[in-house]
Amino acid sequence: MTTRTEELLLNVGPQHPSTHGVFRLVVKLDGEVIKEATPVMGYLHRGTEKLAEDLTYTQIIPYTDRMDYLSAMTNNYVFCHAVETLMGIEIPERAEYLRVIVMELNRIASHLVWWGTYLLDIGAMSPFLYAFRDREKIIDLLNELSGARLTYFYMRVGGVKWDAPEGWIQKVKNFISYMKEKVDEYDDLVTGNEIFMARVKGVGTYDAETAINYGLSGPNLRCTGVEWDLRKTKPYSIYDRFEFDVPTQTAGDCYARYLVRIEEIRQSLRILEQATEQFPDGGEIMGKVPRAIRPPEGEVYVSVESPRGELGCYLISKGKPQPYRVKFRRPSFVNLQLLPKLLVGETLSNLIAILGAVDIVVGEVDG
Amino acid sequence: MTNDEKQHVKNEDVTAAKDAPEEKAVSEEKAGPEEKAVPEEKAGAQEKTESGEKAESQEKDASKEKEVAKEKDKAEEKAEKDAVEGEKKAKKAPAAKASDEAGKTEAEASDPPKVAKKSGDGDDAAKEAAREKAQAARAARAKAAAARKKADEEDDKPKPPSPNQPKLDRIVEMIRRRVAEDAIEEAYINEADRHLPCVVIRPSHWLQVAQLLRDEEELKLDYLRNIAGVDHETHMEVVYHFMSFKTRDEYCFKVRTDRDQPSVPSVTSIWNTANWNEREIYDLFGIDFPGHPDLRRIMLPDDWVGHPLRKDYEPYDPEV
Repeated sequence: MTTRTEELLLNVGPQHPSTHGVFRLVVKLDGEVIKEATPVMGYLHRGTEKLAEDLTYTQIIPYTDRMDYLSAMTNNYVFCHAVETLMGIEIPERAEYLRVIVMELNRIASHLVWWGTYLLDIGAMSPFLYAFRDREKIIDLLNELSGARLTYFYMRVGGVKWDAPEGWIQKVKNFISYMKEKVDEYDDLVTGNEIFMARVKGVGTYDAETAINYGLSGPNLRCTGVEWDLRKTKPYSIYDRFEFDVPTQTAGDCYARYLVRIEEIRQSLRILEQATEQFPDGGEIMGKVPRAIRPPEGEVYVSVESPRGELGCYLISKGKPQPYRVKFRRPSFVNLQLLPKLLVGETLSNLIAILGAVDIVVGEVDG
Repeated sequence: MTNDEKQHVKNEDVTAAKDAPEEKAVSEEKAGPEEKAVPEEKAGAQEKTESGEKAESQEKDASKEKEVAKEKDKAEEKAEKDAVEGEKKAKKAPAAKASDEAGKTEAEASDPPKVAKKSGDGDDAAKEAAREKAQAARAARAKAAAARKKADEEDDKPKPPSPNQPKLDRIVEMIRRRVAEDAIEEAYINEADRHLPCVVIRPSHWLQVAQLLRDEEELKLDYLRNIAGVDHETHMEVVYHFMSFKTRDEYCFKVRTDRDQPSVPSVTSIWNTANWNEREIYDLFGIDFPGHPDLRRIMLPDDWVGHPLRKDYEPYDPEV
């Protein structure tokens, strides 16, 4: 009897825990080795850009919450920032500080979710519980400020909706000193663990040139040694007032991406420390904004550093209360593009490790 | 305010977002008489600019400037605040005007907005006047300058000519010389977007130009940050935002195409990141990208009818 081999077509997802949402990968397998991988997406496409064309500027903000729902504050910000740039609105000092504080808190929360779920994906259960315990503290803080746990709808064109309640800044300060210890604890718990290292070191490697050509950004770019962080290189808001480093790694593998993100939590804490220290005592939280928001005719592209990379907003106004066209440059969508290329020749078990290290939010991939 | 209350207010806000500005107006009234005067005036001026009564809004600006100056004598601190506002306004008004369509009104006074828009040198009388006004306002509040240094640095950028004009001229010259004399349809500076140089390329030359942009040592536009499709109702447009990691320069390129048979050469062979982005634009706008390795729908199901982001899109549902 002769042995017969044939390729196997396997659907990973749409309902697979490692896809963190509804995302499907059709992989062609030869034994355990991937021959070809085809991503299928759009299950979560809600047509945000189309909906935005019929909404007023303020009404669009809650829709942005639902794109990258792990860092809704950054999404709020990029949209408001685009409108403000077009209208030339000045943001009050206090509002700028509140914005930076909530965005950095949100970045830490987002990286914590990534850290917990990534390790869960590759087989470690307990880090997930640690991460979600600490993320809950951030969510409580943001909930106290905005009244929502994830979809904050906190920012407005010209400032923020709610001022910090009494004692809130102190609570943030307490959290910073708490979190600093916890990051070290994470390091002790996972970084350098032999099983973990075997799963991530040298897996899913690419170089800087590939990363740039594929338009990667955020930790996915910085893991290849490119020191590029929009907060530093093209500062927006008041980021030029803070001292922080842009962590980079040169290996370009999953482990490098892991190290970059852990270090980013520390740098965000540094920014938070300075922001809460410099936080102005009083003042307005809304700038002088006309009653009806109607940016002058024109177009603008702004981009900010979200936890996942360059989050951009391209806005065209024709002077009406609704935008003519809004396009979001969604980092998860762009970063995912390299995946099919990375997977070829890898084993199926590495698929999970590679996909997880990209750190996608499917709400953002599908837009 | 407890969280529950806050949530309640917030919900109201979502459902009736129109209420929000009114709520804001109330809070502004509380702020005091001097403060109140400004936003109202500002809102008024804004309305007028938008409805096209340019000359009037300009007069209003001028009179406002005087008022501002008077106020300064009365209450120094308040006036300083307003002057900043006034200056902003004075600058904003002409900007809005420039982008307004000239056909709407015959503002004989001084208004060649098309020149400003297209050539980007923005050297017209209206702007000149606005600049003078702005300078007067600036002189009136020398004290506040230090505190607002950063904002001023941005404002102080000389309007005519734009700081990015040389970059634009150089790239235009390069494309004309290296690709084709008629490769460029239009080139201008987008002042609203931090003086971003924008170049509109004819579709027939786009691929050659794209290759030049990435490979030319002087430019090295290796990072394609964003691609967006736009339906302008008269034509379709694909907008590319580039950046160079080497020089950190930013450029915007546009390719305009016919609306009935929209087609723009694919640049996937040059920047891999264009692959999915072009698929998305094909999916949502129906623009064809000849040369694309795998042009399929990406967001919507394969059997979807129509391209939703087109302005003439009619939802199709076989069950209705």
